[in-house]
Amino acid sequence: MKRVVVLFLLSSFIVTSCSSSSSQSPANTSTKYIENKGSDTIVNLALAWAETYQAERSDVRISVTGGGTGTGIAALINNTVDIASASRRIKTEEIEAAQANGVNPVEHVIARDAIAVIVNPDNPVSELTLQQLSDIYSGKINNWKEVGGEDRPIVRLSRETNSGTHVYFLETVLRLGNSDDKTLFSTDTLLLPSSEGIIIEVRQNPNAIGYDGLGYVPDDLKMIAIAEETGGAYVLPSIPTVNDKSYPIARDLYMYTDGEPTGFVKDYLDWILGAEAQEIVAELGFVPVH
Amino acid sequence: MEKSLNWREFIITRLIQTSGYSAIVFVALIFFFLIREGAPTLGEVDLANLFSVRWYPIEDMFGILPLITGSLVVTIGAMLIAFPLGIGTAVYISEIAPRWMREILKPLVELLGGLPSVVLGFLGILLVSPFLRVFLDLPTGLTAFTGSLLLGGIAVPTIVSVAEDALDAVPRSYREGAWALGATRWQTIWRVTLPAAKSGALTAVMLGIGRAIGETMTVMMVTGNAPVLAIKLGSLFAPVRTMTATIAAEMGEVANGSVHYHMLFFIGMTLFLISLAVNIVASSVVFRAKKRAERILS
Repeated sequence: MKRVVVLFLLSSFIVTSCSSSSSQSPANTSTKYIENKGSDTIVNLALAWAETYQAERSDVRISVTGGGTGTGIAALINNTVDIASASRRIKTEEIEAAQANGVNPVEHVIARDAIAVIVNPDNPVSELTLQQLSDIYSGKINNWKEVGGEDRPIVRLSRETNSGTHVYFLETVLRLGNSDDKTLFSTDTLLLPSSEGIIIEVRQNPNAIGYDGLGYVPDDLKMIAIAEETGGAYVLPSIPTVNDKSYPIARDLYMYTDGEPTGFVKDYLDWILGAEAQEIVAELGFVPVH
Repeated sequence: MEKSLNWREFIITRLIQTSGYSAIVFVALIFFFLIREGAPTLGEVDLANLFSVRWYPIEDMFGILPLITGSLVVTIGAMLIAFPLGIGTAVYISEIAPRWMREILKPLVELLGGLPSVVLGFLGILLVSPFLRVFLDLPTGLTAFTGSLLLGGIAVPTIVSVAEDALDAVPRSYREGAWALGATRWQTIWRVTLPAAKSGALTAVMLGIGRAIGETMTVMMVTGNAPVLAIKLGSLFAPVRTMTATIAAEMGEVANGSVHYHMLFFIGMTLFLISLAVNIVASSVVFRAKKRAERILS
């Protein structure tokens, strides 16, 4: 169990935000705590928000942890967090489980995110259609030369199944948004426990293809331009292409609370949707909601 | 005075006895807990699904064969590396190395044993896996073999320290006897010292296996975690997913009491049974070897 805990700390880059307002007197008993847990995609953003907010409101302390969307929602269901961050929409069975526990999840769209498909800079392939991506990840295409690259095997990288990004990618790319489709990831897809793991492998391995939130992609990796269908325009992920909906693999990011938020949790969520917080969204490479 | 001494002795004896029994109680409790949380799986997941070759929990596919074969491949690979290296190092330290070399080597090996596996895993991702990909011309360096190499490194210190103790415990008169008969140093080690320390060396290897099969962090970082059925010849050089890494990676996600949750405990139970089997085989082998040695000596 200890190992599981240690691993969690590492693989999900759990970062507990240290309050920047240490000058605050310890006798102040009116400190309000907000517990925020969930998506690894959102964790850096949530952390930046928490730090800025705490600098303004010294009576509020926000603790931010990652672990994956499933982890955050599980925590919300078990009623151990105030806010669960999620990079996918809550599932029906999760809502049912929550209601069985007396928890009523309420959804807030707090930012948008493009999923960038990344390859090694040495890879000559720079454009793919959604269908080609689906075929690559489901195992129908196994060599880069089939999509106009060199004669190299394709190494598919994915996040672990507890990642909201994984589920989103499965539904939007592998199944092309068709809910009756039962296509699965090819069994030899490497399931890496963190975004960072995917980036390290893509950086080192010219055979690899992976995906990550736009905000996480470093400059030295190559993003693939995606076309919705053969003959369509190939679009690179960016804030404008997400907002005009021309980049096909983009999604909303959510925070969930138990019931409509009240009091200082409501204040915080309202602030998140305000201009100042949404500016931070753009700074971190995500897409503001308005 | 006499009486208080007896009284103290009584307490100390009981304390030692309790700690002895507590080990049994703990193992029993752990096993009970694993069964309680894992057994419902058998009612929830039908056997055809359980023994299928696809592990994909978010679509209710709970085939554990890829995980079991993955763990076995990595562990067997690790043992093939750690066994000769560990025993060899132990023999060198205890039989061949000059005194000063021994003084340096022993603490160094123990230091290696204390290295956190996260650190090794990180080294594995950054150095070992890219090197192996280029050197062996593999599609990716995140393979069972990379895991085996690092796990071998983790198991070696355990094997060395236990095997070295066993070699040290071989009476000096055995070696002197061999030398007196004109045996070379190598003949003495191979024909006398090592066979005499056989049971200790076996224990060392079994402890090493236990260390390797239960290791989580390094394995999760470097084996790629792809749930492929690892029964082909090339499986050692392909990505695999082990039981421990699966439990670790998915534990945080599952809702308490769900099928997936029970399934993870079922995997834990399987892992426990495998370790138990390894230990039983080991102790029966050691036990038999001891009885034989006693017969000869008596």
